Amino acid sequence: MYEIIEKKLLSDSVKLMKIKAPLVAQKALPGQFIILRIDEKGERIPLTIADSDSKEGSITIIFLEVGKTTKQLGALNVGDSIENFAGPLGMPSEVKKYGTVVCVGGGVGIAPLYPIIKALKQGGNRVISILGAKTADLLLLEKEIHVFSDESYIATDDGSKGHKGFVSEVLQQVIDRHKVDMVMAIGPIIMMKVVSTLTKKYNIKTLVSLNPIMVDGTGMCGGCRVSIDGKTKFACVDGPEFDGHKVDYDNLMLRNRRFVHAEGEACRLADVQ
Amino acid sequence: MSIRRTKPEMPEQSPRERIKNFKEVPFGYGKEIAIQEANRCLQCKNKPCMKGCPVEIDIPGFVACIAKGDFDKAAEVIKAKNNLPAISGRVCPYENQCEGECTLKKLGEPLGIGRLERFIADYEREKGKKPPKKPESTGKKIAVVGSGPAGLTCAGDLARMGHAVTIFEALHDPGGVLMYGIPEFRLPKAIVKSEVEYIKSLGVNIHYDIVVGKTITVQEIMNDYDAVFIGTGAGLPNWLNIPGENLDGVYSANEFLTRVNMMKAYRFPEYDTPVKMGKVVVTFGAGNVAMDCARTSLRLGAEKSYILYRRTETEMPARAEEIEHAKQEGVIFKLLIAPIRFIGDEKGILKEVEYLKMQLGAPDESGRRRPIPIPGSEEKLAIDTALVAIGQSPNPLIPQTMKELKIGKHGNIITDEEGRTSIPKIFAGGDIATGAATVILAMGAGKRAARAIDAYLKNKS
Repeated sequence: MYEIIEKKLLSDSVKLMKIKAPLVAQKALPGQFIILRIDEKGERIPLTIADSDSKEGSITIIFLEVGKTTKQLGALNVGDSIENFAGPLGMPSEVKKYGTVVCVGGGVGIAPLYPIIKALKQGGNRVISILGAKTADLLLLEKEIHVFSDESYIATDDGSKGHKGFVSEVLQQVIDRHKVDMVMAIGPIIMMKVVSTLTKKYNIKTLVSLNPIMVDGTGMCGGCRVSIDGKTKFACVDGPEFDGHKVDYDNLMLRNRRFVHAEGEACRLADVQ
Repeated sequence: MSIRRTKPEMPEQSPRERIKNFKEVPFGYGKEIAIQEANRCLQCKNKPCMKGCPVEIDIPGFVACIAKGDFDKAAEVIKAKNNLPAISGRVCPYENQCEGECTLKKLGEPLGIGRLERFIADYEREKGKKPPKKPESTGKKIAVVGSGPAGLTCAGDLARMGHAVTIFEALHDPGGVLMYGIPEFRLPKAIVKSEVEYIKSLGVNIHYDIVVGKTITVQEIMNDYDAVFIGTGAGLPNWLNIPGENLDGVYSANEFLTRVNMMKAYRFPEYDTPVKMGKVVVTFGAGNVAMDCARTSLRLGAEKSYILYRRTETEMPARAEEIEHAKQEGVIFKLLIAPIRFIGDEKGILKEVEYLKMQLGAPDESGRRRPIPIPGSEEKLAIDTALVAIGQSPNPLIPQTMKELKIGKHGNIITDEEGRTSIPKIFAGGDIATGAATVILAMGAGKRAARAIDAYLKNKS
């Protein structure tokens, strides 16, 4: 059992939790994820690690309540425990000195971007962050990321903060002004697709972190397979980060809709209960 | 007195009934039938059946006990060699092993050794298993990576030799393929759990959620333990590598079976994990896993469940009993067929498979006749779900993170017959060493490795 030792509401539907998992915390590196299962009847779901503290033995996860499991998780409180919590899984981000790195985060994708930004900054890079959300209320970790960024920008769909429009428009402006050596993008699939299309024009190395549906998370089921440059890769063991210019985003979007119907039914039944 | 030439059938659920549920298909022998069948044993002096048993069970010995009605003693004889008889008594390919060597075959059917083993295991489980007396502790600590058939066997044997054994399991349940792969109707999960409980009663500890290579490394384990056994299995699914394999509707056998068996998707929405099942399901491959997929599909409501195989029934690697059960349940076999592409609708949802017809040519390196495509024989079949069950490769996680370990060209850990790897302290066995094989071969490998580990520790001290 893994105890919840801290809980914060970041917005109506986005929650932060610190989970006591000393073995995972000892090994966790930016870019990696965990798989959790709330109880005996629960589904195994992957969540990217937002922060880790090896001294405290804790892992921080930040999640959007989208389906039955994340809603159920969000209803748990400090002192409650979850049945299973395995990790750290996947390959860590390749943190090295690139030069100027632009980190683009969208929605709840900002959470896993945070430890990468921190590591890139500590690794001697000039970090420019661009954070996007629907509205200002939904922006995550703005202050925390600001601390580790040389420049930071905001874009909101409704213009309630920063640029009114998409993160890709801000990225275009940054590319126009700076020599950019690398772009790291985590967020909705469509955002990563648009960012990658833009950076490809300028031939800027771009990494994205993919979030396909997973079951075991150890390379066994292939449910998380993604097409990278026409080759099948497993996001759980080969990723979750891949060269953004080589990802078949349309296939990923399709595969992430595989169980939409069942998820809807599970949520409906859970609400009824 | 005339000798009965056939083994009594096990009573089982009728095909029409059983495709509506996930309950076990055969019910097993009752006491009288078991005694009657045990009396068919000729008690051959040279014990040919034992040569066919990877875990070295004294077969004539336990059969003689059943013949006399001493079931407790029979259980003791089996348990002296095999800690998991309720599992092997259900999933062993007996026809190629003990029963394949049985002298009675010359007169008719071999002795029903598998069924008798199962009978005793079930008798003992229902009565309540007693762990044997704890041996004196050797003071040695051994880590076992993976709680599948190889790991459980190795752990159980080592514990009975007096070593302190800890198993590290990546998933949330023990059993490996016994839990995620083999369906409930063939190997009930309550039985796997009961066998695991027995292994624990021998003093073995199991830690879950530990992905060795990620949560802890083999190197770290080596610092804390006197020896390590790696039994991480063949978890990596093989693909057909044809266009359209990533469409919505195409699953690896592993994903499909893991969802259904380990995550209990057949009880969705009571359990949270879903599985999407179409009306027409096609399984590619003809091994035990393929039969499991095709039969599971029927139980999930598929109207038609096909097996598409590029060779003929003679070359099918599945156990005879699985093929027979699949046929009885209405699985449709389309043979000498190889898929060339999956076709989706405008939304990317699987709707058809295109295939080529094949003919058999000369034998290949596996000794089976090689299938050769017939040019111009393309046809299409409208399908909703495709299950790819054409084998698994060794799990790459430990080989990837342990560069010093010698690895074969198929990603397998190289070992000798006794499970010794290129590193003295590390042993390995089961599918991680051999590539995908059977439960009983993995158990045999776990057993031999336990003996080698014991010898290694004795030599060292």
